[in-house]
Amino acid sequence: MINIQHISKKFGKFQVLKDINLNLNGGECIALIGPNGSGKTTLIKAILGMVVPSKGQILFNGHDIHNQWAYRNEIGYMPQIGQYPENMTIGQVFDLMKDIRKMPEDKLDYELYHSFGIPELLNKRMGTLSGGTRQKVSACLAFLFSPKALVLDEPTAGLDPLSTEILKEKIKKEIGKNKLIIISSHVLSDLDDMVSQIIYIQEGNLLFHKSLNQLKEDTGADKLSKAIAQIMSASQHKKEI
Amino acid sequence: MNKIIRYVFADLLKNRTIVIYTLLLFTLSISIFNMESSSEKGLVSLMNIILFVVPLVSIIFSSIYLYNSAEFINLLVSQPLQRQKIWCSLFIGLASAMCISFLLGVGIPTLLFEASLSGLTLIGSGLFLSIIFVSVAMLISVWIRDKSKGIGLAILLWLYFALLFDALVLFFLFQFSDYPIENAMVAISMLNPIDICRIFMLLQVDLSAMMGYTGAIFRDFFGTGTGMAITAIIMALWAIIPVALSIRYFKKKDL
Repeated sequence: MINIQHISKKFGKFQVLKDINLNLNGGECIALIGPNGSGKTTLIKAILGMVVPSKGQILFNGHDIHNQWAYRNEIGYMPQIGQYPENMTIGQVFDLMKDIRKMPEDKLDYELYHSFGIPELLNKRMGTLSGGTRQKVSACLAFLFSPKALVLDEPTAGLDPLSTEILKEKIKKEIGKNKLIIISSHVLSDLDDMVSQIIYIQEGNLLFHKSLNQLKEDTGADKLSKAIAQIMSASQHKKEI
Repeated sequence: MNKIIRYVFADLLKNRTIVIYTLLLFTLSISIFNMESSSEKGLVSLMNIILFVVPLVSIIFSSIYLYNSAEFINLLVSQPLQRQKIWCSLFIGLASAMCISFLLGVGIPTLLFEASLSGLTLIGSGLFLSIIFVSVAMLISVWIRDKSKGIGLAILLWLYFALLFDALVLFFLFQFSDYPIENAMVAISMLNPIDICRIFMLLQVDLSAMMGYTGAIFRDFFGTGTGMAITAIIMALWAIIPVALSIRYFKKKDL
């Protein structure tokens, strides 16, 4: 579904992404893992067209996304830090988004919207919301239009345990519908029972793209968190030498 | 595209600064027209104030508004919308809000007291200046990421167009006073939309005699149909070029 070909990105002199090649298909749930500042969010933003790559191209369903916009109808994006106009109420944000996507009311997916209790908050202004409530709004907006691809940047950061469980259940449900789900997260224990593939990025380089089972086999660890810890310490070790 | 314009426009109409700006313009116009003995004189006094206030508010308010809408813009860019449409909608929303403020604040009183050709010229110049300085603000806010630097540049640019430019022109005039520079003066005045409006207005109310020989040259140029057409085109260019450049840049910007 998403085909990333030789993507490089420079911010000034700083090279954030170095020649990344990836092929991501529907029905997969992919974890995007890497240390802070390794380029995960930049890669995600490049897929959404928010960051324009310096080199290379990204194909969505076979079409180059450069200067395109209609393909974003198929993507639900949950940003790391939800940025919304301070003086808009939650209800207005939802109305605006529905207005933009123009999807018939009966096709909308209101499941998260109700389980997060958004209807009671509709008159609250975005500026007064806590970080967690903002995350909930972002999550609801990502799932609302039942898109074919879901891009979730640190979805569980800032959510309370109950909401985290609700979100995880929802993600698992969506995996069954042959959708492409990309999750970037540092909370590896959350990912263990959801993801099927792992992408590991370090300092802008793609270290590997493997299935979860393969990774566990290679490292001999039974948990994702242990496997990743092993890789991180190994690369740290290499650097010291 | 329409719904974003509608949203931006509705948001601006609720904005306190816009309301105060409209009221300020309205009070200024009414009191000036009542103070001066003839409405013709009132028009000139009003013009002098408008040439300061309208560019100042248009450029600074627009840049602050654009910097404060950064979140809104980020939200829209991740949605299935064309980037240039987002940016154009912001421009149209801002420009029309500034124009409506001006029409309510200055347009109505002017039409009441002095509904002549000179009155209409004043209204037209004010509308043009509003659009031009919104357009310049769009360019500033897309080029400079940092809010305080951007607003600083907006203030500097306003100072330049409103005050410094005239000082530079005076300097130029004195330095080259031995040469026939009258025609060059016409060309130089085109570099500043505020000056274009001022000269245009002064010619309308027949104060060009006060400007000496240069005034006669101005009269020769601005008074003719061709001169007027050229001036209108240049004013239009002043409005279009900055916003067009900003669209080009915004399409490639990383958010």
